[in-house]
Amino acid sequence: MPAQGSSGFLMDNLKAIVESLLFVADTPLTIDKIRSILKLKDRKAIENALTTLTEEYETQKRGFFLSKVSGGYQFRTRPEFAEWIRQMKRHKPVRLSRPAMETLAIVAYKQPVLRSDIEHLRGVDCGGTLRTLLERGLIRVLGRRDLPGRPMVYGTTKRFLEVFELKDLTDLPTLKELQDMQQSWPNDST
Amino acid sequence: MMEQAQNMGAYHVDLGHTFEGPMDLLVHLVKKNEIDIYDIPIALITRQYLEYLNFMKALNIDVAGDFLVMAATLAHIKSRMLLPGKQEEQEEAEDPRMEIVRPLAEYLQLKDAAQDLAGRPQLDRDVFVRAQSDGDASPREGEQDLMQVSLFELIDAFQKIIKQKSPKDFLNLTLDTISVKSRISQIADILEKRGSITFEELFDKEAGKSEIIVTFLAILEMVKSQVIRIMQHASSGIIRIFNG
Repeated sequence: MPAQGSSGFLMDNLKAIVESLLFVADTPLTIDKIRSILKLKDRKAIENALTTLTEEYETQKRGFFLSKVSGGYQFRTRPEFAEWIRQMKRHKPVRLSRPAMETLAIVAYKQPVLRSDIEHLRGVDCGGTLRTLLERGLIRVLGRRDLPGRPMVYGTTKRFLEVFELKDLTDLPTLKELQDMQQSWPNDST
Repeated sequence: MMEQAQNMGAYHVDLGHTFEGPMDLLVHLVKKNEIDIYDIPIALITRQYLEYLNFMKALNIDVAGDFLVMAATLAHIKSRMLLPGKQEEQEEAEDPRMEIVRPLAEYLQLKDAAQDLAGRPQLDRDVFVRAQSDGDASPREGEQDLMQVSLFELIDAFQKIIKQKSPKDFLNLTLDTISVKSRISQIADILEKRGSITFEELFDKEAGKSEIIVTFLAILEMVKSQVIRIMQHASSGIIRIFNG
């Protein structure tokens, strides 16, 4: 049967086909997306192909690796080669200021969160940093709270996951874990 | 005093981004003095806090009102610590310092979180993805060809759309904030999925006038709160709405 034949071809070359999709995709590819492109019900097979690819790129020490990010998979260059890529791209990496980083962390951990809550925590006006984060597409307005002045509620975006190489929000260490890691502080300087 | 001023003078370079707010100053003092935040020597911290405040004033740094509020809070805690309460009352009452310890602890926790986040490999700084080729028929247009749209240009575009409707549709205009709010969330969802959309696409051909106005108000609201950016293509004149 010809249909059988083509599906046989698909299954025989599944790993390479998935690899080709990943090569061309400009955003992280989810397993569901790959399934719908390939019209393949077998989720496990795709998962296996992705796992094998991940391992292959890892063991072969390629210039890039298969990153599991924002619910999908994406080829990314290895961090240790960043310097040369920046050289090629001739652009300075846009750094987030410390206040912006703190505001972002608060949004990430406390979302959905009000601006007033963020400002209460940081003890300082956060309008500017929130605007920067909105402009960078790292956070978004989820809606408005039913409070006087109908204040906006903030949350992080998919872009946030992509930028910080997170599979999803649960990929962030919990505040408890962070605290345990920092247990030695503030006596570590002594 | 002179020596002190010099010490702080060395610090001065960082002043702008080191002390964003009173909490940052407190954290700095806690770290500098290697203090256990659950046992803060309140007199010492209050004194040092005020010294910094005075110094910043002397440097002509605009000290925000928040700094003064914190100074007052510290002074208040200090005075409560000094008040000789009745024995049993003292045992019942909470340590007055908890008023700053709690927010301080929470802030420190989130500072750790921010530090951890900053330490992760960041896209376009540490890791890169394949650049899109020019021939790519991607909806992401080169932003250099795009201009910012003024409010008035937006109104013009909106008027064009509304003119396509016959006047009788103007009847029964009842707008409520709920529909604007839900439209905002719809648009946010569309942009989340697609990244950008043209201004016209947001206005359904079949939509009634009130729906059109709700959409426009939603767009304005989102522009105002800078959730979206509105850009116009230099040559085609097409107005496109982008996610934050």
